[in-house]
Amino acid sequence: MISLLKRTRGGLTPDDRKSFARTEPLWNAAVPSRCVVPLLQHVGNPAQPVVNVGDRVREGMLVGRASGAMSANVHAPLPGVISQQVSLTLEDGRSCAAYVIELSGEFDRLGKQLDPIDWERKSARELLKTIRECGVVGMGGYGQPVDRKYSARRGSGVDHLIINGVENEPYVCADYRLMMEMTDGLLEGARVAERILRPERVTIAVQAQRTDVRSRLQRRVRERGLGYFVHSVPAKYPQGDEKLLTQAVTGREVPGGASPSDVGVIVSNVATVYAIYEAVVYEKPVVERVITVSGGAVRQPANVKARIGTSVQELIAECGGLQSRPEKIVLGGPMMGHTISDVTLPVTKRTTAILALTAEEIYNGPRTACIRCGRCVRSCPVGLEPTTLYKMLDHGDQAAAVAAGLLDCIECGCCGFTCPAHLPLVETLKRGKQALPRRKGTA
Amino acid sequence: MQRSGTNERTERDGNGRPRLVRTAAPQYHEKIATHSLMWTATLALLPAAAWGVFAYGPRALLVLLLAAVSAVTAEALIARSRVTLADGSALLTGLLLGMMMPPAVPLFVVVAATLFAIGVVKWTFGGLGGNWLNPALAGRLFVHFSWPAATTSWSLPRTLGADRLPGLNLTVDTVTTATPLGIVQHAVEQGEALLGGPAVYLTSRGFPRSELDTSVTTWLNETVLSQFGAHIPGGYIDPFVGNVPGAIGEGSAILLLLGTVVLFARRVITWEIPAAFFTTFAVLTWAFGGLAYGADGFSGDVLFHLLSGGLILTLFYVATDPVTTPMTTSGMLLFGAGVGLLTFLLRTYGGAAEGVALAVLVMNGCTPLLNRTLRPRRLGERRFRLSRFLGGSSEKSALDPSAGI
Repeated sequence: MISLLKRTRGGLTPDDRKSFARTEPLWNAAVPSRCVVPLLQHVGNPAQPVVNVGDRVREGMLVGRASGAMSANVHAPLPGVISQQVSLTLEDGRSCAAYVIELSGEFDRLGKQLDPIDWERKSARELLKTIRECGVVGMGGYGQPVDRKYSARRGSGVDHLIINGVENEPYVCADYRLMMEMTDGLLEGARVAERILRPERVTIAVQAQRTDVRSRLQRRVRERGLGYFVHSVPAKYPQGDEKLLTQAVTGREVPGGASPSDVGVIVSNVATVYAIYEAVVYEKPVVERVITVSGGAVRQPANVKARIGTSVQELIAECGGLQSRPEKIVLGGPMMGHTISDVTLPVTKRTTAILALTAEEIYNGPRTACIRCGRCVRSCPVGLEPTTLYKMLDHGDQAAAVAAGLLDCIECGCCGFTCPAHLPLVETLKRGKQALPRRKGTA
Repeated sequence: MQRSGTNERTERDGNGRPRLVRTAAPQYHEKIATHSLMWTATLALLPAAAWGVFAYGPRALLVLLLAAVSAVTAEALIARSRVTLADGSALLTGLLLGMMMPPAVPLFVVVAATLFAIGVVKWTFGGLGGNWLNPALAGRLFVHFSWPAATTSWSLPRTLGADRLPGLNLTVDTVTTATPLGIVQHAVEQGEALLGGPAVYLTSRGFPRSELDTSVTTWLNETVLSQFGAHIPGGYIDPFVGNVPGAIGEGSAILLLLGTVVLFARRVITWEIPAAFFTTFAVLTWAFGGLAYGADGFSGDVLFHLLSGGLILTLFYVATDPVTTPMTTSGMLLFGAGVGLLTFLLRTYGGAAEGVALAVLVMNGCTPLLNRTLRPRRLGERRFRLSRFLGGSSEKSALDPSAGI
């Protein structure tokens, strides 16, 4: 309760629009007869192709091998034949090769009872190796390989593991359903992560208004005799950002350019922790994930468990199809997600949501000059002045923008959301960051 | 050359419908826009403006229309290629300026004020968002100092002298009078002791009161206030309703407050500046305001000052202008407090009605300084560091990000 009284700076309380999809239980989306598997579903380089057109693949077989520390393995979500290799432009603008797999043959895992592995005998190093082999990446949207995040910090003073269940993008409630329905797997995954990182504390953070999730987690944690603490954070966007969550839970501030691990904290999303559980306990690679399909244009908004590589259009059809013309289709949440123009694009490990938004849901006002109202400044959760940075970048003065904190920007979208002049604040700041010389550790 | 299937699909969605819109994040937006802020403020002002037209007759309407038309025309001529009329800012400036004028003001003065506001104050700095000073206020002060006599002769409203106002005659009652604040200010300068406070003094000088004021004051005293052992003199209801000589749109406190409800509800303005302004001004007036006219400390008449000299209009509609006020919460609070302090000083020890206008303009000038010195603290930045307040270069991260990786 104390956390509710603490002042949180900036941020917004947009209408969360989760009621569309939140109450319905998850279901497994129909297995597609054909899937498109991009070799780039993570932050780093695309995975190296290891199979050829015409090859027969089994469910969960390796099709792309990680190339570089920030890259991750990619596996076949379906058993079948590789019918072609195509070039794909992903929603974030990056391009990569992708395999098209035509479904045929039998599933090795789907619908079968699998025996859990006695993972507790394994060493941390072995656990990390399994996680890497299974291609587990940050599934909250960022896609950093988990083994990289965990191994780089092992034994270097990380004392707090935060499991991030604060899903505060509007519409998106996939993590909520996961926490409600897959609680035990999640807690087992947390035990694996705890075993690897050996933190002094493990905290599961949830949104304050989700009291049902909190009490469910607290009950299961107690019943299993785990010493985890369930922490509620205010229902404010973007409290789920890892830096702000670190501050909310531990009081430690992460300066610009640093990551939570620099202050001794590892933050992992609940979907990631669940993927760790499946990888370690069943040696199951990441071939499916929970996705929210919502937005005013979708007939039956819902959360579904979908195979990686299923097309956006099939998942929308799974949820009753469209009931009105969408203005935009967004992969990810409305604050940070990307629009797509091609509904045959596949979902990846990083796709948290598919949103088909109608023109009424998106307010698109005319752009005017900045009226210096300061709404962006007051909404910025990390204390930047977006309008000042925008003007500096607009005038080509990158050095000034960096000195004024450009690199601290977490790209949460609050400033752009609230700007009455409808200036492209977030876009300009992001481009400004991308235009800087590459920094160590971001490859 | 054959195009790949992927590229073709990007032109149309799977059902052959028109292409989906592609934008950068965030993908949806709060229902707020520059033009909606301006138009909402304009609408919020209209009831008070309508009261001015009712109270002072068609001449007041002429002044308002002329101010609006000349402001919009000036904007259209200067902005030319840029279509800035739709944002509503020029109309709002014109309307505000008209509402700050006396009803009998010569028409060329109105045009001069709007041309100065739009042409000099707003557009020499680049138009909307570029100006340092509030255009309407600067325009008002410009004509105040240029034609002092023409801009400080006030007419009695219809409700205090209805028989003297012909229906559709565009000339206003020439029996000019001073505003209540002006009379009190004059008395203070003459060294008179205002026993019983400004309201009692005005009554003793035969300042006209409407029947409404008398009956409502009596009713309040007999039914509500008597239960608390309190008693108010006559003369507060008239300025609350708008039965006072003054500028066209500054009179009716109740209608301006009604518009303020809309401003807050639609989040056109936020609480910081009005709250800081009001608190500072009220506390200072209460503590020291009485001293000027021979009363004890802590006996100043806050209500009288609040209801006179265009204070309500300035408090909610002018001092809250987004362009000329600071961007951070702390900056806004300090700005409001500064306006409150200066208004108190100028009213008690300086001029009269224009005190509040000058106070806001001075603080407008301080806004860039406030923006520079009261930067928000960045996440991970040390709490107290001099360079932050001096607006110097940013601090290097406490943790060098490249060191740990």
